[in-house]
Amino acid sequence: MAGNNPNSKPMNLTLKVWRQKNTQAAGRLETYQVKDISPEMSFLEMLDVLNEDLLRSGQDPIAFDHDCREGICGMCSLYINGRAHGPERGTTTCQLHMRKFSDGDTITIEPWRAAPFPILKDLTVDRSALDRIQQAGGYISVNTGGVPDANEIPIPKTIADKAFDAATCIQCGACVAACKNGSAMLFTSAKVSQLAMLPQGQVERKTRVENMVAQMDKEGFGACTNIGSCAAECPVGISLENIAMLNREFISAKFTSENV
Amino acid sequence: MILDSKIPEGPLAEKWEKHKFNVKLVNPANKRKYDIIVVGTGLAGASAAATLAELGYNVKAFCFQDSPRRAHSIAAQGGINAAKNYQNDGDSVYRLFYDTVKGGDYRAREANVYRLAQVSVNIIDQCVAQGVPFAREYGGLLANRSFGGAQVSRTFYARGQTGQQLLLGAYSALNRQIAYGKVKMYPRTEMLDLVMVDGKARGIVTRHLVTGKIESHSAHAVILATGGYGNVFYLSTNAMGSNTTAIWRAHKKGALFANPCFTQIHPTCIPVSGDYQSKLTLMSESLRNDGRVWVPKAVGDNRAPGQIPEDERDYFLERKYPSFGNLVPRDVASRNAKLACDEGRGVGTTKLAVYLDFADAIKREGLDKISQKYGNLFEMYEKITGENPYEQPMRIYPAVHYTMGGLWVDYNLMTTIPGLYATGECNFSDHGANRLGASALMQGLADGYFVIPYTIGDYLAQNPTSRIETSHPAFKEAEAAVQADVNRLLSINGNRTVDDFHKALGHIMWEYCGMARNAEGLTHAKQEIRKLRDEFWRDVKVVGTNEELNITLEKAGRVADFLELGELMVDDALNRNESCGGHFREEYQTPENEALRDDENYAYVAAWEYTGPNQQPVLHKEELKFENVKLTQRSYK
Repeated sequence: MAGNNPNSKPMNLTLKVWRQKNTQAAGRLETYQVKDISPEMSFLEMLDVLNEDLLRSGQDPIAFDHDCREGICGMCSLYINGRAHGPERGTTTCQLHMRKFSDGDTITIEPWRAAPFPILKDLTVDRSALDRIQQAGGYISVNTGGVPDANEIPIPKTIADKAFDAATCIQCGACVAACKNGSAMLFTSAKVSQLAMLPQGQVERKTRVENMVAQMDKEGFGACTNIGSCAAECPVGISLENIAMLNREFISAKFTSENV
Repeated sequence: MILDSKIPEGPLAEKWEKHKFNVKLVNPANKRKYDIIVVGTGLAGASAAATLAELGYNVKAFCFQDSPRRAHSIAAQGGINAAKNYQNDGDSVYRLFYDTVKGGDYRAREANVYRLAQVSVNIIDQCVAQGVPFAREYGGLLANRSFGGAQVSRTFYARGQTGQQLLLGAYSALNRQIAYGKVKMYPRTEMLDLVMVDGKARGIVTRHLVTGKIESHSAHAVILATGGYGNVFYLSTNAMGSNTTAIWRAHKKGALFANPCFTQIHPTCIPVSGDYQSKLTLMSESLRNDGRVWVPKAVGDNRAPGQIPEDERDYFLERKYPSFGNLVPRDVASRNAKLACDEGRGVGTTKLAVYLDFADAIKREGLDKISQKYGNLFEMYEKITGENPYEQPMRIYPAVHYTMGGLWVDYNLMTTIPGLYATGECNFSDHGANRLGASALMQGLADGYFVIPYTIGDYLAQNPTSRIETSHPAFKEAEAAVQADVNRLLSINGNRTVDDFHKALGHIMWEYCGMARNAEGLTHAKQEIRKLRDEFWRDVKVVGTNEELNITLEKAGRVADFLELGELMVDDALNRNESCGGHFREEYQTPENEALRDDENYAYVAAWEYTGPNQQPVLHKEELKFENVKLTQRSYK
């Protein structure tokens, strides 16, 4: 195998995977054995191998969401051994590699579990509730054209960097899955703080936070009780500070609300 | 068929302005009478859908992912070019135009490229207004960096996640229109056919990927913004779902496919590690600003990189191209990495890799500075390979990254089917035979924000038609055909998996139609692809039913199309008896192994017409006229 890492021995693993035909059907954990798994494989490539085996024996392969496989599109999910995106910190499932596991391990793989994320099939869930939170206000209302020259809006580097950090959320939903309350506060706060920090976001600052929080509640996400498992499990390191900022933004917006 | 590129008359710099004045307008109150379908929600699709909705059109947008924000534009790392000249280093619209035409090895249309350079400056303004957090200097103004094929710093960036930030900007604009009800969004929905009525594009047939429901959507115009087809090679830097299905089915309905063989092989990707490999990961070109590419001088030198002394290393790009050094264009860098490995000087256990070394940059600028610039890329590298690039050089190898070819479009971005447009990577228009780094984001957003909103109005104003119900026979016929295809795939019940076929096709394409091609290999590849395609339709194994989330069925449809497209790419590569940009025919090279163009015979766009299953496609030529740029042998020495 590649790399300058010659002492990588293939592994045999036991997988317990959540199988569920569709949203209405009852689900259960099924056990599968996978053999000769290279430590250089990604976790999803290991599942690909299993799926090929299933398919060859005429069985339905396991449905899981994935697309870019480079940790940025946010489409992959999976609750692996009780952790959102698995055991490695700051890593999406697609970037998790099998060298983090050992020969003989049993790995339990479940879908995101939260009321606003109905299971569609096996490990695939519906996360469109997160899109609807964005639609409620996660934007600056400018049409194409007629905007000022980019350098007419100077922004201190420190602010731009902080806004960027908040803007790197990949909308995977791990924060919701990791939260015992199924709260989407970390997700919502990332967009609220990004835009609240930037000069371009000032005009709609109050209505934005009110509308996004209202949508979050409407979707049925739970309340935040400041446990912080969301930030601990976030694959891109969105900071809890954003939740503090959201709370501040929300309170001050409510005191002087422009929503009539 | 005569290909009319509809390039406006007049001097290059005035064409677009004049054209914008000459196009017909749809008055604001009438815009709401028109429905427009946008397939794909990456930079080109999301920007077009949002902008058209802002103008007042009714937009229906489709993506196969679970959210429009997942489109693969999100993975673009390095940056976006714009001729802002904020750095006062001599940049201009003309220079960006010139660099792009030259970088594309003189196989792009001058007028399109000039327009692209012109609107590039508006893109940056637009994105900043949306709140895109570009990198900034301490004074608060925007920062720039350099990219391959240019000697100015014109690339705007957001750390190594520029595509993500730009797409989220476009996604936010799209969300705003979804909230207003001007865009109806259809996620997890794949386009499976184009519907034409009276010779015009009037809608699409889709399959919902969760329920399997096959459905028709009608409109007055259809925009395809479905990205590239690099996954024909199985392994590429594209997302797993990236596919050719939408444009291929449009091609089969009459849209010509231009320069299909023009594929970009990106020089800096993480090398293949085993047969199970599902995709290749790009390491941004921006790394070549500070990283130095090298291999050992001696064949068979198996020492660890740190043990190879300076004078036994060959920094081959710096040696061969002193003025551009490590920042030569992608095709040149890739080819030279391949040459080094072909000579037996490759590194790592597979010997199919070269080093990209940051030791000097870290010594010069300090660990912190390098980590600030490339931190997330270094982390990604370590996650995938288990090696720390701060301590030992990265191993990189070229991988399929981008396809310059695509549906033929005229200056208005309309295909050869009236009312059908193609924007972004899925058209062929701006990058010639090789795309420069940081220009894909520029083109996607240029097409969507600033070109299509003007040009589509011209078509609608001149073709005022009433709405068509999806009960129209043309829709019913297309639905039946789609259903028949699905049934056929489900009924074969063979022995070989879809991935197995896909890998076999990828192997043929990479071996014979990849970084280096020759007539003999291409001829062989054509036969192999035909054989494989026959076998696919006899022996592919698809389980389950249509009426469910069926990942095998989805893939099977896409691979079936790749099996047809692959043959067309081979035909195109075989037809083009010259080397240019990413198309390197071994028979045509200079004594220094550089691409040898044949401007006399091949300065044309090869646009292919579909003529039926297993029939030889018909070639149509659009001659390229260079009135402003002198054709020369590209030199980066």
